[in-house]
Amino acid sequence: MKYGVNDLGYYGDFGGAYIPEMLYPNVEELRQQYLNIIEDPAFKAEFDDLMKNYVGRPSPLYHAKRYTEKYGANIFFKREDLNHTGSHKINNAIGQILLAKRLGKHRIIAETGAGQHGVATATVCALMGLECIVYMGEIDMKRQAPNVSRMKMLGAKVVPATSGSKTLKDATNEALRDWIANPVDTHYIIGSVVGPYPYPDMVARFQSIISAETKKQLLEKTGNELPQYVMACVGGGSNAMGMFYHFLDDEDVKLIAVEAAGKGVDSGHSAATTFLGREGVLHGSRTILMQTDDGQVIEPYSISAGLDYPGIGPQHAHLYKINRAQYVSITDDEALQAGLLCSQLEGIIPAIETSHALAYLEKMQFKKEDNVVICISGRGDKDLDTYIKYFGF
Amino acid sequence: MNRLQKLFKDKTNNLLSIYFTAGYPELNSTVAIAEALEKSGADFLEIGFPYSDPVADGPTIQHSSEIALENGMTLNVLFEQLKNLRKTVSIPILLMGYVNPIVQYGVENFCKKATEVGVDGVIVPDLPMYEYEALYSKYFIDNNLSNIFLVTPQTTEDRIRKIDALSNAFIYLLSSSSITGGSLDVSTGIEDYYKRVQAMKLKNPMIIGFGISNKTNFDKACEYANGAIVGSAFVKLLGEDGYLDKISAFIKSIK
Repeated sequence: MKYGVNDLGYYGDFGGAYIPEMLYPNVEELRQQYLNIIEDPAFKAEFDDLMKNYVGRPSPLYHAKRYTEKYGANIFFKREDLNHTGSHKINNAIGQILLAKRLGKHRIIAETGAGQHGVATATVCALMGLECIVYMGEIDMKRQAPNVSRMKMLGAKVVPATSGSKTLKDATNEALRDWIANPVDTHYIIGSVVGPYPYPDMVARFQSIISAETKKQLLEKTGNELPQYVMACVGGGSNAMGMFYHFLDDEDVKLIAVEAAGKGVDSGHSAATTFLGREGVLHGSRTILMQTDDGQVIEPYSISAGLDYPGIGPQHAHLYKINRAQYVSITDDEALQAGLLCSQLEGIIPAIETSHALAYLEKMQFKKEDNVVICISGRGDKDLDTYIKYFGF
Repeated sequence: MNRLQKLFKDKTNNLLSIYFTAGYPELNSTVAIAEALEKSGADFLEIGFPYSDPVADGPTIQHSSEIALENGMTLNVLFEQLKNLRKTVSIPILLMGYVNPIVQYGVENFCKKATEVGVDGVIVPDLPMYEYEALYSKYFIDNNLSNIFLVTPQTTEDRIRKIDALSNAFIYLLSSSSITGGSLDVSTGIEDYYKRVQAMKLKNPMIIGFGISNKTNFDKACEYANGAIVGSAFVKLLGEDGYLDKISAFIKSIK
């Protein structure tokens, strides 16, 4: 793959494994084994079976007729919101739990922001009978209380991250600290295409099922497996990477990644990483991150807890730098309005993360014959409170 | 030969190193603490520069880093504070911190500036061996700055040999795979680990760190290595009123 990772774990200038020595044996074990394991036919068979019979894949590629009328191009929704647990996060959680079992790990840790990845991880741990500890920022636990209850119901232990800003980046720090202290029996299921190599590549591979299915479905529906545009929201960037993956080498397909501008890119309350960030090192990889001149990580802001992350995955940083994908941003207000529009035009209440991708349709100029795929990364049940407060229902 | 290399040439046992975070508890406390530590008998110092996301650190050092950042500590401020340090402090000094602030400062500039103010070595837990060797070692070597690598009970013999080859001052032996501020593991497993590394007859001296908080731990560590590092226990002391006056008693209680 032209845009894939090289042998040293880099995508152009980005990636690598910037980890303390305490994590080296774990990460090295993964690096040596992940490809052998995930390309093993028995692993593939088990993964495919769970994807079909447990997650409910393939997820539909829905031709959104009223969106098509409104925006003057063929708009397709890739329905990751219909997956078990309500988002694309389950694809990666299933992949990594099967991998953890083959590595002989019996204790699973994870970080979560909005709680979607935490719920997906708690779900697969219940499925496999493995111990599950989820680190979640103390502030996020309050913001996303229903997901905390779901994780507990599924048998996971939810540990509040009370350090730093008490949100996703601190939950990630706490999970890394746990892994340092438990180097032998524990696997860390990172929820996005971030972290030290091989995580960004491994998570991208598990999420690539999104674009693999999309190609087949587009061929059936349009006679051509390639669309003109593929769009997705980006926090760390796992749904976007899954949605882009099998289109990366098809250079005519325009890839659009939508970041969260929060209250506006220049408002001081934003999570638009490519606009506000610089190159640096965060959570084990060289990437683009929001930081002070002195290299301290800046706490981002978005109304969407899933996009509220100060970095992006290293492969995204690379695609951004070489202009293979276009990185744009959408404010809280624009996203919430788009969520309402999607609910009332198509009968689908999207997650606020997803609403960011939908909102960017307003800014596009399409030709009538264009085919456009948008990843509907998650459903909006978890965000109802936020929508209700905003619109005053 | 830098001060660190000279120290290890002259003295091979019971070396005590103390870690503290620059800018904690007060922005300008850095130099006074270094002076008090030298007077009290510390053999060398590790001055931490704070980072917002210190993944290898436990609550004590995390807290000191947060306060130091609130106080306004940056690498620029630290280098300014250390400008006249060598007029009053002569023991070897290491800087310890995470890679991102160094990358933002510029690795080459960082190495030059560190040497210019009299720093002898650097410990960067999240700077991997490959990246150090391929991209940065030149700047360290050009500036006669020693890069210190960590070794844990899980580090393989091959890798320890590589680390030994790339090191020119000492090897930082972690008492266990843990974050800072834990307790010393004195189980049989850990003794086997110390003995295993000892038996490798490395060219570099070894200093044990993480979980060393008192005389018992220090003496135990010195049985297997050339000395030990006390971090969190000292940083805790710095949180107390009148900390400068307590430094001497603290060092005497260990050494």
